[in-house]
Amino acid sequence: MDPRQSPDMHRTPFVLLALFAAAAAASATEHDENDIEMAERLVACATCHGEAGRSDSETYFPSIAGKPAGYLYAQLEHYRAGRRRHVIMEGLLANLSADYLREIAAYYARQEPQWTLPSLPGADARLERGRRLVEQGDPELGVPSCRECHGDRLTGIAPSIPGLVGLRPEYLSGQLGAWRTGARRAAEPDCMAEIAQRLTPADLGAVTAYIASRPLPEDHRPAEGPPSSLPLDCGVVR
Amino acid sequence: MSGPLRILAAAAAIVAALALWLAWPDLLEPAEIDATPLDHSAEQIARGEYLARAGNCTGCHTAPGGAPFAGGRPIRTPFGDVYSTNLTPDPATGIGDWTTADFWRAMHHGRSKDGRLLYPAFPYPSYTYVTREDTDAIFAYLMSLEPVASPRIEPDLRFPYDSRLALRVWRALYFRPAELEPDAERDETWNRGAYLVEGLGHCKACHSPRGRLGGIDPDAAYAGGRLPGAGWEAPPLNPTGAMTDAEAKDLATLLATGISKRTALSGPMADVVFDSLQHLSDEDIDAIVAYVRTLPAAPPAPPSRRTFSPERYRETLARGASIYRERCADCHGANGKGKAYVYPPLAGNRLVTAPEPTNLIRNVMLGGFPPSTHGNPRPHGMPPFAHRLGAADAAAVLTYVRSAWGNAAPPVTAADVERR
Repeated sequence: MDPRQSPDMHRTPFVLLALFAAAAAASATEHDENDIEMAERLVACATCHGEAGRSDSETYFPSIAGKPAGYLYAQLEHYRAGRRRHVIMEGLLANLSADYLREIAAYYARQEPQWTLPSLPGADARLERGRRLVEQGDPELGVPSCRECHGDRLTGIAPSIPGLVGLRPEYLSGQLGAWRTGARRAAEPDCMAEIAQRLTPADLGAVTAYIASRPLPEDHRPAEGPPSSLPLDCGVVR
Repeated sequence: MSGPLRILAAAAAIVAALALWLAWPDLLEPAEIDATPLDHSAEQIARGEYLARAGNCTGCHTAPGGAPFAGGRPIRTPFGDVYSTNLTPDPATGIGDWTTADFWRAMHHGRSKDGRLLYPAFPYPSYTYVTREDTDAIFAYLMSLEPVASPRIEPDLRFPYDSRLALRVWRALYFRPAELEPDAERDETWNRGAYLVEGLGHCKACHSPRGRLGGIDPDAAYAGGRLPGAGWEAPPLNPTGAMTDAEAKDLATLLATGISKRTALSGPMADVVFDSLQHLSDEDIDAIVAYVRTLPAAPPAPPSRRTFSPERYRETLARGASIYRERCADCHGANGKGKAYVYPPLAGNRLVTAPEPTNLIRNVMLGGFPPSTHGNPRPHGMPPFAHRLGAADAAAVLTYVRSAWGNAAPPVTAADVERR
C-alpha cells in the first residue's frame, strides 16, 4: 500500500499500539501480537543485541531486554544528541521520531531478561591467549601480533605509532573497546578499528592483561621509524 | 608611449580588470536595501515556518542535541570546517538585531549584516533565487522563536581558503545574485518545482559534482555528487532522463515518506526527508518531481576500474550467493524482490547498481532506518553487518546482488569495503 496515498491506514495502528504500550492494564495477548510485529521492525537491533534484546554471552553488545523503559529511551535520545557516541547507533537512530523511540524502549523493557555469564577462561589460559596475540597474532582472525606495528619493545614506532607499555590496563581495554564501537577513530583506513573488531571481547581483556603483566623494557623511547611495512593498510602512517 | 610605459599601462589594465571581476558580485548588490516592516501575524509566521522547512534550515543550523536554529553544527568541507550560525532572535549572538533587509542581503547576496562575505557552505548560490516575499516570511518565523545565546564559532579553514580574497575569487567564479525567471512554456506546477529545487531546496548543492574549488559546473548540475566529509554519494536526480509516470509517482512517495515500492532512504537524504520534505504539501512534492523529471539525463558512468578475471568473478559470485541466502534472503527474498514499503527490492534498485558502490556498502555495513515520517512513522530497519561480515565477504555478497536478477553493475572489492 502506498503510504503517501493512505497515511491514516498507517497512523491508526500506530496510535493504537502506542496506547497499548502506555496502558499498564494491556493484556498479554495484545503485547504478544505487537511484539511479533516490533521484532520484525527491529531486526536491525537484534543483529547485535539479540532476539528480543537478549544478546548471547559471547557478544560484546549488552542485553537490553527488561532494562527500564525510561533508561532505554534516554540512551536512544543520548545517541541522537551526541551525548553517547557509537557510529552505528548514531546512524541508525538519526531520523527516528521520539514517539517511535519511546515505543522501541517500551518494547525492550517488557521483554523478559535472561542473562548468561560469559565463559571467561582462567587466569593462566587468559594470559596465554594474551601472550599469543601480542607475540604472534591470530592468523585465523586476521589479527597480526601487536609487535608488528607497535615495535619489538611495544614502545611504539616514531613518528606515528604509540607505545602500549606503561599504560594502565583499564585505559588500554577502554581504548580497544572504544575502537570496537566506533567511539574512538583514527585516520582512514582505520586499521586499529579493524583489529579491535576482529578480536573477541574476551581477547581484548586477554591482550591488556598480558601487556600489564610484562616487565617494562629498559628503553622507554619509541623505536626509530617510520616502519618499513605494516601488516594492514593504516591511515596513520600515510 | 614608450615600451616600459606601455607594459605598465597593460599591467594596470589587467589589475583593473581583475579587480572589476572580483568585485562583480558586489557591484550587483545595492548599498541600501529597503527594510519592509516585520509582519508578526500568525499567517506570516506559519508561512515562514513552512518555507524554513522547505529550505531545511535546521539541517545545518541545529547542532546535534542543541536548540533548534541556534547553530554551532560543524559543516565539513574539503577546505576545512565551518560552523553554522545562530538564527534565533538573540541580539548578541543571533540575528535579533537584524531587519528584513539584512536577512534578504544574506539570502540574496551572501553577505552578513556586519558586511562580511558569507562562506558558500551556506548555500546562497541557491537561496539567491528565493523571493523577497519568502525571505521576509522566513525572517518573521525566525523572529518568533525563543532567543538562544549561542556564540558564533570561527571557521577552521586551511590556507589559502581562509582568506577573504579566496572567498572573493570563489564568488566571482561561481556566484551572481539573481532571480529565477518563470518559464512561460511550462505550467505552474513545473515552475513551482523549479523554484523549490533551484532555490530553497538547494538540491544542487549536494546532487552535483564539484570542481577543485568547490564550484558547480552548470552543465553538470544534478549529475550526482560526493558529499564532502560524509562518505556518501548524492545520486544523479534524473539518471536516465526518461522518468516514467510510475517512477515519478514513486519518487513523490519516496520524498514524502522516505520509502517507496522501489527503495528506501538512509543517510543524508533520510535527514532531508525527516527534517524537511515530509512536512511539504502534496502539491509541492508533486511540483518538485515535475521539475526533477525534466532535468537532463546523467552522463554515462566512466568504465569501472574494477575488473575481475572470469574465474575470480565466478568464485566471488558463488560465495556471495551463499552469503545472500544465509543473511539477506529472509527479508529481500531469494528473487531480490523484497516486500513493497517494508523491505526494499534489490532487483532494479539504483542504490544497488550505482556505479560507485559507496552508499550500498554503507547501507550494508552500518545498517540504517528510513526516516520516521507521517506516512511511515515506524520504519523497518536494515541491520548493520560491520560486526558480522569481513570485507571480503561483504564485497562478495555485494558483487552478487549487483549482478543478480537482471542487475548488471561492476563488482565490489574488499578494498572498496575497507575504504568506506
